[in-house]
This record gives sequence, structure tokens and C-alpha cells, in this order.
Amino acid sequence: MKPKPTPIRLGMILLTAVALLVMPLVAQQFGNAWVRIIDTALLYVLLALGLNIVVGYAGLLDLGYVAFYAVGAYLFALLASPQLTDNFPAIAAMYPDGLHAPLWLVIPLGALMAGLTGLLLGAPTLKLRGDYLAIVTLGFGEIIRVFLNNLEQPINITNGPRGIGPIDSITIFGWDLGKKWNLFGLDIPSVTNHYYLFLAVVLLAVLICRRLERSRIGRAWMAIREDEIAARAMGIHTRNLKLLAFGIGATFGGVSGVLFAGFQGFVSPESFALQESVMIVAMVVLGGMGHLPGVILGALLLAALPEALRYVADPLQHLTDGRLDASILRQLLIALAMIGIMLARPRGLWPAPDNAR
Amino acid sequence: MTSACGMADTILKVERASKRFGGVQALSDVSLTIERGMVHGLIGPNGAGKTTLFNVITGLYKPDAGHFELAGKPYRPHAVHEVARAGIARTFQNIRLFAEMTALENVMVARHARTRCGVFGAVLRTAAFKAEEAATAQRARELLDEVGIGRYADARARTLSYGDQRRLEIARALATEPTLIALDEPAAGMNATEKRVLIELIERIRAQGHTILLIEHDVQLVMGLCDRIAVLDHGQQIAVGTPAEVQGDVAVINAYLGSAHVAV
Repeated sequence: MKPKPTPIRLGMILLTAVALLVMPLVAQQFGNAWVRIIDTALLYVLLALGLNIVVGYAGLLDLGYVAFYAVGAYLFALLASPQLTDNFPAIAAMYPDGLHAPLWLVIPLGALMAGLTGLLLGAPTLKLRGDYLAIVTLGFGEIIRVFLNNLEQPINITNGPRGIGPIDSITIFGWDLGKKWNLFGLDIPSVTNHYYLFLAVVLLAVLICRRLERSRIGRAWMAIREDEIAARAMGIHTRNLKLLAFGIGATFGGVSGVLFAGFQGFVSPESFALQESVMIVAMVVLGGMGHLPGVILGALLLAALPEALRYVADPLQHLTDGRLDASILRQLLIALAMIGIMLARPRGLWPAPDNAR
Repeated sequence: MTSACGMADTILKVERASKRFGGVQALSDVSLTIERGMVHGLIGPNGAGKTTLFNVITGLYKPDAGHFELAGKPYRPHAVHEVARAGIARTFQNIRLFAEMTALENVMVARHARTRCGVFGAVLRTAAFKAEEAATAQRARELLDEVGIGRYADARARTLSYGDQRRLEIARALATEPTLIALDEPAAGMNATEKRVLIELIERIRAQGHTILLIEHDVQLVMGLCDRIAVLDHGQQIAVGTPAEVQGDVAVINAYLGSAHVAV
């Protein structure tokens, strides 16, 4: 069943690996902003991979996925910023040097917290199907955001709309990703450091997804997606497996959130608006639900598209004497692009092939 | 009841099962006994309660009353997914395959209740996972070959022809290692050739020692295939016996052809 590692295949893999490693070094020559765009795109890939487990594999439409992203981000923000020590003297007394939770603690914790939140959301809602589930998850996503926005009174936990910062930069084995490094005369700026970390996490996530997809669990998820009644008749405990999909999908969101917080150094509720959830769903659907290469392509495209359209929107704005706002124009163009793609390729840009494997 | 379960010769015993939907008594006091190795037919005019009985047996409906035994053990499924575990596999009248999955995957899914590897086994690719996965795939291929669609293993289920989809459903049901296989109108919509292939297949499955419950509209097919037949009408069992006995039964003839006087 496995494709044999022919020399051509090996060569392709090697070439891709080299390209992935060299890409940020090339991109940074054109300015760090480009590497930053790639970094953000990688975080979106991680989010899309996680949501793909819920939407693509198990077929559960989740419109509040960004909530798990928020849980991860705020967890890191609280555990690695002056927020808690400033507001709670007891914590300040326990940690006189301030709270600086290491990444190794926060990533598993973020995954766990997000996973638990996923189960918490899943448990009462999984009797719902399709549109109904979508509405409830949408509400859930908003609840989390509203909580973050308002949890500054009576005790200040999230600092409300002002957000939390500064958050410690990510440090791995004493390698501070927030600092600029110099390797063999080559400048490695902070954004490039983050690129390598994000790339590693994304590759790990792809591996996990791939292995889950080709397993008893993955097949059971897809069976539920295809026909829930038949799945049950085959002995699949649909409720438990849906919960599992929600939980595992959420952990991806949580990890992505942790990385986001460390990358930005600041989090505020506006990063976790409904629009983000919709965007992530769009990435999965646009790319090709349930097909990993498609989902990754969708995430990269939709994350990069707004940036690319910046260069189209600006001249258009000048053409109309500034009456058209660039950001609005950009959204319009994204919408048009999405409609176009869905009309031309209703099953996604890169759906699973018909004669599979 | 007292005999060891492997020795029991009664596979399914239904005693006085009843089911009511609002004002409609869909089943009243229906009893059914299916012996090991038999093809047991269940026929009746439209609305007779065949599908209700079928759905009660396969856990989709909860009966209002009745006692059930499967291979000598009390059988009372609380959820549909427990039915397959308990040992009853079914096919669906309007085919319900996992359309976007391959034929092989469809059958592999049905091994779910008989396998155990979870998330960690899958992600870490443990030795136990690999062994189980290989065994699952191998068994699935055997079953596809057995029903005669082995060459379509990697084709998506929705791309198979109608007859092949029916056969895939049967392979999927077999994969759950059932004590009883319940076929819900397997010949519906089939042409004569497809029906002949289906009859051969069901006979082959029986020859392997499987026990089959068959709901079917096609009287000729039922008469040719079944060892015993139960006839339902208006939610009640009006006859049970060999095909020859049932064919000669006055109540059955009245139910199917109608009669001038109402049977008491």
C-alpha cells in the first residue's frame, strides 16, 4: 500500500526539505515583513489542520474554533507576562522574579486546556447536527471572546479589551527566539527563528493527522461523517468518537494559540473574533475537506491572499480617489476570489482523488 | 437458556414483542425464533410491521414490550452501536455505504467493534497497532473477495455499481463477525441477473454457517432461498413455517390477495 521510496521520490522530498529550510533566509532579504507573513500562515495551517479533524474527518461544522486558539494564547499570556503578578500580590509573593513559564510546560498545558474546553463544548452539543451544531459552536466562540473582553472586573484576569502584554518571547534550550542571532555571518532575525519552530510544529501536526487518518479512529470519524446511522450500526460509539474529534481538534488550536502569543508578545480579544473562525473554516473547505494537502494549500492561500491583495487594493484606492477603503476592498476581493474558486471547484482546490491511495 | 452459548441452536428468540407509534399498533405480541444456520424470511404486505420488527431487532426502535435472546443470552440493546457488538449486523433497504470512502475502508470500518487500538497506538504506530491494522486490512480484503468485488477494493464506494454496492454492504455486515445477519430487502431495485448473483451469495454465506434474517418483497426470491418464513400482517404474525406451508396458508393468501370476508 505504501508508495515505494524511489530515487525520484527521495529527491523530491530532499528538494522540498531544502526549499522549506532556505525559504525564510531568502524571504528575509526582501524584508522581515515577508517572513512574518509566512509565520502567520504557518499558524493558520496548524489551525486548519486541527479544524480539519473536526470538520473534514468527523463532519462536524464548528464555527467557534477560534475559541481554542484563544484558550492557548491566553494561557501563555497569563503564565508568562506580568499580568497575574501585577494584579495578585499573592502570586507576586510566590514568584518574586515574575511568572515565566517555559514553553515545554505551556504547550502541553495549552493543548490540554484547549482539549478540555473542546470536550466541555462537545459534551452538551453533540446531539445536534449540521446547522444546529454550527450555530451553537458559533455562540460558544463568541462567549469565550466576550469573557476575555470582560474578565477585568471585579478581579482583573484578562485585562479586558486592553489585552495582555508583554509576553515572554519563546525560549527553547536557551535559544531565545525573540532575539536576533548570527550564524556563520548570516543574520537570523526573530521572525526567521519563529519560522523554524512553527515549521517543526506544523510538520509534527501533519504527521499526527496523517496517522490518525489511516487508523481505526480516523476511519470511524469518516464513517460518522458519511452516514451516522450506518456508522452506529457498524458498532461505532458515535458520541464518544465525536467528542474525541472535538478534543483532539481543539488541542491543535490550543498549541497554535500558545505559539501565537509567544510570537506576538501581546494578546487581546480582537484577535479571536468570529471572523477568524469563519476564515479557518473557509481554509478547510476551500482547500478540500478531509484531504491534508488540500487543507494546507487552503490555509496558505487564504493566509497569504490578503497580503498579496494589499498590492492590488492600494492602486484601486488611488483610482477611486480614496473613496474605497483599502481594507474593505481587500475583503471584497477575498470574497470574490472565494466565490470564484467554489464555483469552479466545488469540492475544494485540491480534493482527495477519486481512486484513493 | 441453560446450555452454553456456543451450543445454543436458537440464535434469536423474540417473545411477544410490541411496538406502538401514537395510535398505530405497529407490532402486537410478535414472536420469532431463528435457528442456527438458517435463512429466515420475514414477509408481509406493505405496512405489515416487517420494518418495525426489523428495527426493533436491530436496536433502532425501543420495543414497548417483549423479551429478546441472542444465542442464549438476554439481548436488550440500549443503543444502536451495541447491536453490532452483541452480534447482529445489518444492511439497509436504501443502501447506506460510506460513500466517499473506498470499498476496502468501508469493510475495515466494520471491524471497529472487534478491534481496539486508540489514538496513541495510531499516532505512535505501535507494534500492536501495526499488527491489528494489517489483520484488519487482510480480513477486509478476504471479505471483498468473498462477495466478489475484490478488484474494486480501492474504488470509492459511490463509484460502484448498484449490485456491487449491495454486495459491499453484505461484506461490511460480515466484517462485524455477526451471530445473525439481518438483510433489509437486499434485492430491492435489482435486475434478474443481479438477483441471481445475490441468491448465490446468500447461499454461500449460509453454507459457511451464518444465520440470516431476510426481509424481502420479492416473494419468489424468499420462497427459493428461505428455510423458514414468518408472515406479518397488521402488526401480527399470521403464519410461520416452511415456504411450502406458508404458501398454502389461507390467512397469507387473504393478506396478500385480499378476501371478501374479514379474517377473525
